[in-house]
Amino acid sequence: MVPSYLPLSYYLLLGGFLFACGVAGFLIKRNIITIFMSIELMLNGVNLSFVAFAAHWHTLSGQIFVFFVMVVAAAEATVGLAIIISVYRTRETLNVDRVNLLKL
Amino acid sequence: MHLILFLIFGAVCVAGAINLLAQTHPINSALSLIAVMAALAGEYLLLGAEFVAAVQVIVYAGAIMVLFVFVIMLLNAGVEEHTRGSKVAILLGVPGMLTGGLLLAWVVLRNSAGETVPIGAMPGPPRAIAQLLFHDFLLPFEVTSILILIAIMGAVVLASKPPESAPPERVD
Repeated sequence: MVPSYLPLSYYLLLGGFLFACGVAGFLIKRNIITIFMSIELMLNGVNLSFVAFAAHWHTLSGQIFVFFVMVVAAAEATVGLAIIISVYRTRETLNVDRVNLLKL
Repeated sequence: MHLILFLIFGAVCVAGAINLLAQTHPINSALSLIAVMAALAGEYLLLGAEFVAAVQVIVYAGAIMVLFVFVIMLLNAGVEEHTRGSKVAILLGVPGMLTGGLLLAWVVLRNSAGETVPIGAMPGPPRAIAQLLFHDFLLPFEVTSILILIAIMGAVVLASKPPESAPPERVD
């Protein structure tokens, strides 16, 4: 199969858009779970640009990096959701404006 | 053909990301994030990264998002309430996103003009991935296993209930 080509900038723009949406969600959302999902959206945008660059430079290291990013994201999701559960248990709210003490 | 597929998956990604911002109930945001991740797996397949696409579907859209949905349902999260802080956040956040996004787009378009990505031609068989992962990147791989172990222990410690044998509260 003869490979066809797409401009690299398409992928970078899509990844950048996802990252910008994640940043905006992180800033404007008040629900602590939605804020956490915005972080995952940012990580996905970065992963897309990693894979696009890996395809551009004909190397596999970018895919390995994506693998490590996914592992760290999984660990982060586990600990973060545990923190959310314990915050909810003591404050009975998920609104970040009402969570103003670091103390549990 | 490839351009059409890219545009279809990209449109699903963009629509899901905007829907995540627009929805006020966290379960709707979670479902649109799942749509974004599934469409991204399609983009990875288009780039020839089959391993990453499979891991994206299994780990991200599968495991992590199931965890999110589980926690949303466990905590019975409702529609988010808006306070005075959220107006300030919208006033600052949306222009900030637009500025950042436009800056990023300008840099990308300026510096990557003429660069192309081959579609579906990338040598990404599992054998080559395993060679890299278990030979060249063996130390980071083992370190991530320790990281996951620490994350498991941290989650168990954080989410477990406080011991019942705590001293009873003083009654005045």
